[in-house]
Amino acid sequence: MRADRKVGIVGWGVYVPQWRIRSEELARGWGRDWKRYAAGIMVEEKSVPGLDEDTFTIAYEASVNALRRARIDPSKLRAVYVGTESKPYAVKTTATMLIEALGAGGEDRLTTGADYEFACKAGTEAIQSIIGLIGSGMIDYGLAVGADTAQGAPGDALEYTASAGGAAYILGPAEESIAIIEASLSHVTDTPDFWRRQHERYPAHTRAFTGEPAYFKHIMTAAKKLMGLIGTTPDDYDYAIFHQPNGKFPLRVGTRLGFTPDKIKPGLITPYIGNTYSGSALVGLAAVLDQAKPGQKILVVSFGSGAGSDAFHIEVNDKIEEVRDLAPKVMDYVNRKRYVDYTTYARYRRMIRMLHDFSAY
Amino acid sequence: MWAYWQSVPAHWREIPARYRLEGGECQDCGYRMIPREDICPKCGSRNVKPINLPRKGNVVNYTVIWNAPRGYEYYTPYVIAIIELEDGTRLTAQLTDVEPSDVKEGMEVEMVLRKTRVSGESGLIAYSYKFRPLIK
Repeated sequence: MRADRKVGIVGWGVYVPQWRIRSEELARGWGRDWKRYAAGIMVEEKSVPGLDEDTFTIAYEASVNALRRARIDPSKLRAVYVGTESKPYAVKTTATMLIEALGAGGEDRLTTGADYEFACKAGTEAIQSIIGLIGSGMIDYGLAVGADTAQGAPGDALEYTASAGGAAYILGPAEESIAIIEASLSHVTDTPDFWRRQHERYPAHTRAFTGEPAYFKHIMTAAKKLMGLIGTTPDDYDYAIFHQPNGKFPLRVGTRLGFTPDKIKPGLITPYIGNTYSGSALVGLAAVLDQAKPGQKILVVSFGSGAGSDAFHIEVNDKIEEVRDLAPKVMDYVNRKRYVDYTTYARYRRMIRMLHDFSAY
Repeated sequence: MWAYWQSVPAHWREIPARYRLEGGECQDCGYRMIPREDICPKCGSRNVKPINLPRKGNVVNYTVIWNAPRGYEYYTPYVIAIIELEDGTRLTAQLTDVEPSDVKEGMEVEMVLRKTRVSGESGLIAYSYKFRPLIK
C-alpha cells in the first residue's frame, strides 16, 4: 500500500520500566531446570511494570519522548491511537487519557482517539491507520503507540517472556520526517494460535502451533509480498526488524528470508527486556533509529496472534541526526534496571489476591 | 467497598493539574501555585491564569510513608517529597522508581505520570504526577 501523499516518521520514543526479573529466577520459582526448560528461549531477563505503572503510563512516557524528537506542539496531533492487549480499563479508551495528558488536538481536543487490539501487532496497525489519514490529507500529524504490560500465566512458558514496555511514533508529512515510510502492507488470516477470552486474567496459546502456521507464515508472507511490491531484496536493506516473541524466532525468520544476523541483531531487544507485545517490533525499530544513518533502509515486519503481520519499508534521511539525542534511547532504558525476586515480581504483577479488597490495590 | 472509593468528579476536576502539571500564575504579582487557586494566596488578586509548570526540579525535603491511608496500602513504603520546580514553584508529590534510602535532599527529579490510587476491581483508576530521579 502506498499513500497519495508521502508519510514518514517525525519522532519516536520508548519507555521500559526499570524492574527486571531474570529468567533463571522465574525457573527457580517453579522448581524448573532453567537450562533444560527456558534457556532455549534466549531471553535472559524481562522487564516488570512497577506497582504504579500500566499501559497508559508506559504509553505516556514513550509519547513524551516522541514529542521531544518531533519538536511539534502536541495540539497538532489529530489522531492518537494506542495499540495494546493490556488496556487499564476493559471499557474506557486509553487514548482519551493520553490525549488529555499530552494536550493533543488543542484546547478543544479536536482529535480522533482509539485503542487498537491485535495481539502483538496492535501498534503497527495503528501506524497503518495513521498513514492513511495523513496520506489522504485528512490530518497532518498523528501519534501511534504500541504498549503493553503483557500477561503470562504463573508457571506457563509465556511467563519467561511476557514483559512491559512500549514505543510511540509521531507520523507526519514526508518533508518533515526523519524517515519516510515508502510502502506498507498487511496480511491477516484466522489462525487461532493465541488468545485471551473475556474476563480471563491470562492468555491461552497452542504451543508449537504458534510458530510455523502463525509467526513464520504471516511474517514471511507479508515480508515477501512487500518486497515483491516495491522490487527489493534482503540485500537492499541495512536493518530488518521482526516481531520478537523470544530471542530465537526473529533470527530464524530473518535467516529464512535471506537476511544476515548482523542486520537483525541491532533491532533485537527482547533478549534483554522480554516481549513487550504491542511494543515488541516497535521498540526494535526505535533501537535501530537510535543508530541508523541517513540513506539506510529498514524493513519492519510485526506479527500479532490471531493472526496477522504488518510490513513497512522505511528509508532514513539526514534529519535523523538532529533529533536522535533529544530523548533517552532504547539502551538508556534497557541499562536502567533493578532486579526483583519472584516474590516481589508476584506482588508487582498483582498475582497475590489479598483478604481485603481495598488493600489489594 | 464503596466506602473506599474516591469521588470521581473530584478527580476529574483535577485532571489538568494531575496529568499536565497545570498550575496557576498570578498576573499581578507573578506568584505561581499548584493546584491553581482562584485568588492569589500572596497578593489577593483574582487575576490568576493557568500555566504549565516546568517538569524538572529538586527535592527540598521528604518523608517515608510506612502506614499509608486507605487506598495506598499496597504501595508502602513510599516517599512523599516537597519539590521545588525549576521556576521556584513548590509542590508536594510522591517519588517513584527510587528506594527510600536513596532519596537525598537536593536530588534532581523529573515529572512522570503514574497510577496513584485504584478503587477496587471495578472503580476508577486515578493517575497523577509523581517525580523520579532524572534519567537524562
